Amino acid sequence: MALVTMLEAIREALDEEMARDPAVVLIGEDISVYGGAFKVTEGLLGKYGWERVIDTPISETAIIGAAVGMSYQGLRPVAEMQFMDFIACCFNQMVNFVAKSHYRWGAPVPIVVRGPCGGGVHGGAFHSQNPEMWFVHTPGLKVVYPSGAADAKGLLKSAIRDNNPVLFLEHKFLYRRVKEELPAGDYTVPLGKLAVRRSGRDLTIATYGATALHALEAAAELAKEGIEAEVLDLRTLMPLDRQGIVDSVRKTNKLLVVHEDVRSGGIAGEIAATVNEQAFEYLDGPVMRVTALDTPVPFSPPLEERFLPQVADITRSARELARY
Amino acid sequence: MLRELCRCATRARLTGGGREPPMESPEMKYPLGREQLLDLYYFMKLTRQLDEQLARLFRQNKVVGGLYSSTGQEATAVGTAYALEPQDWIAPMIRNAGSLLVRGYRPRDIFMQFMARSGSPTAGKDGTYHFGDTQGRHVVSPISMLGDLIPVMTGVAMGGHYLGQKLVTMTWIGDGGTSTGAFHEGMNLAAVQHAPFVCVVENNQWAYSTPVARQVPIRDLADRARAYGIASYIVDGNDVAAVYQTTKEAVERARRGEGPVLIEAKTMRMKGHAQHDPAEYVPPEMFKYWKARDPIARYEAWLKQNKVWDAKQKAEIDSRIERELKEDLEFAEKSPLPSPDQAERGVYCEGCHTIEARWERPAEQVQPPRAGAKAAWTVTDFGGLDPAAPASTKGPGEARPEPAKASVGDEAVAPDRTRRAPPSPAASKRSPKRRGRGPSRPKGRK
Repeated sequence: MALVTMLEAIREALDEEMARDPAVVLIGEDISVYGGAFKVTEGLLGKYGWERVIDTPISETAIIGAAVGMSYQGLRPVAEMQFMDFIACCFNQMVNFVAKSHYRWGAPVPIVVRGPCGGGVHGGAFHSQNPEMWFVHTPGLKVVYPSGAADAKGLLKSAIRDNNPVLFLEHKFLYRRVKEELPAGDYTVPLGKLAVRRSGRDLTIATYGATALHALEAAAELAKEGIEAEVLDLRTLMPLDRQGIVDSVRKTNKLLVVHEDVRSGGIAGEIAATVNEQAFEYLDGPVMRVTALDTPVPFSPPLEERFLPQVADITRSARELARY
Repeated sequence: MLRELCRCATRARLTGGGREPPMESPEMKYPLGREQLLDLYYFMKLTRQLDEQLARLFRQNKVVGGLYSSTGQEATAVGTAYALEPQDWIAPMIRNAGSLLVRGYRPRDIFMQFMARSGSPTAGKDGTYHFGDTQGRHVVSPISMLGDLIPVMTGVAMGGHYLGQKLVTMTWIGDGGTSTGAFHEGMNLAAVQHAPFVCVVENNQWAYSTPVARQVPIRDLADRARAYGIASYIVDGNDVAAVYQTTKEAVERARRGEGPVLIEAKTMRMKGHAQHDPAEYVPPEMFKYWKARDPIARYEAWLKQNKVWDAKQKAEIDSRIERELKEDLEFAEKSPLPSPDQAERGVYCEGCHTIEARWERPAEQVQPPRAGAKAAWTVTDFGGLDPAAPASTKGPGEARPEPAKASVGDEAVAPDRTRRAPPSPAASKRSPKRRGRGPSRPKGRK
């Protein structure tokens, strides 16, 4: 079977969902003729027409607002943020309109807000951020962050079919670098379930997105030293698969959390608290974390490299944890 | 036979005060029968009496949180909503109790919302006018942040149009709310999408404590429509018949596919921002001026003058309102507060709703192979300075009319300012020039 990039897998998910359900429409900036800044929606206008691939003015608030309105009509809009950093422009729509609609007055908002995030491509402070925790902290939203092509397709299909608003984060570094075989046919990957990417007995590395690949690389290296790390790909940050994490920690007794998000207020803190609450007596060492620095994403390559968590940072912390 | 009357935007001079503005009575473009004329009275008076009852409950400490009044703005809320059809959608703001009543909500719903009872439309999850119903009444709940309903109702309109529904959506916004970014983004999107959307700007002269002239440097908020290339109207917001006629025309226009319309209704918030606010910053003469233009008193006199009713019929409606409010309050007070365990329910929809689009055209039309489009823009305007280019892009040497000067300063609230006479709906209609700019909306359906 052919290898498919994550970007192509995302496009396949959009295409197949649009074909399956005429209620699925796309809305965003430069997504029709141009096919999107990263070409995710390329070819969909030709197939589905202007009514279903809707280009908007540069108005993120209007994009989300219109998606919400369409969803009240029973449609399932998929809104694209050209870069996820720009979601800050429609923060009010996201946290006050979208997230609270079902709780406040019982009106579900089945929209997906998707787009590229993450660093490593020298995009600077406004084209590299990981905004997931702004929204994990807002009850009512689901937050999905795949690390591979097969997952991206299956998770995006689940997100589109979900009755709740889903923020779907696509690490732009992975778009064309990850290639996988996709399962045949119409498959979905459930939201809220982590994947065990590698089994191990000595420690658990919990991570998601681009750092899931770093963690696997680190685990391979650690294995040469006799340290068997179990790598968990969280896939969904809200709802978080707390049980899956706790189960793994009960087996390995040690936990290292890795994320590309900044350190303070990152999901690692929430995971550490969960393990404290649910598996404290199983721990043989401190819950450790490898994260980005608590700074804006810097532009120049050596600065950005310093900012981002590297494979070496993971192996170093894992060795330290394994020694406990 | 009832004389068909229309008081188009009254030529109210904003100087002086005390006397009611004169009435005009040309033929109604959209005739209203006797029942409908009395309906308008019923909904306005019900709104006013509901407000007063809520104020009493507030003083008795039965209202949880803030209380926002519609008093003074009943004609705008009722007259606009009354011009809609059942398939149309609204999103109210906090001074649109009348619109919600027209849309089928009852006083008990509003009582229970303000008293945070489990029987309220939100079951106590939210208060005030923050409730809605996407299924039956087609009402979208507002949020407290202003402007966000504009893109949302644009989306409801776009979605409805996509499904083949012949709908129009409507929301209201105050003079202050038109300064938000969300307002601009939403209006602009509605305009480029030709969404069947009507935005009613309730210019009630005050954004909390700040007069309109401190909010915007233009006198007529309808001028904002020019920037979006859409039609607009100015109407006397305290004249329910004029509001109805104007809105009806705007709504039919939007329904015909002529794009969104902005209506500015000139009115006055007759209470403070909320119940806690005595509004001492409003000059007493301004209240006096607008009290003389009270929408309900004016309409009562008009109904009498035109022999639509007599004293007995008025008394019947008034006692019906009194009875309904009494019954609904009793009902609402019997509703218990929600049980605490409800606090953690309902954050997510997990199978509690079935989401279905209401198609009113064959869905095959939007599916391949019929739906496809050539991935190319049609660009006819190259944006140069030649005479064919739109006026807005003409060069600096071009003489353009100066924008109207509105006074800004402490005297800003003085009503006597240079202005043009508020035209009748027909006269104040501004037809935007449309230019082909690529397929912002597909022409017709295959």
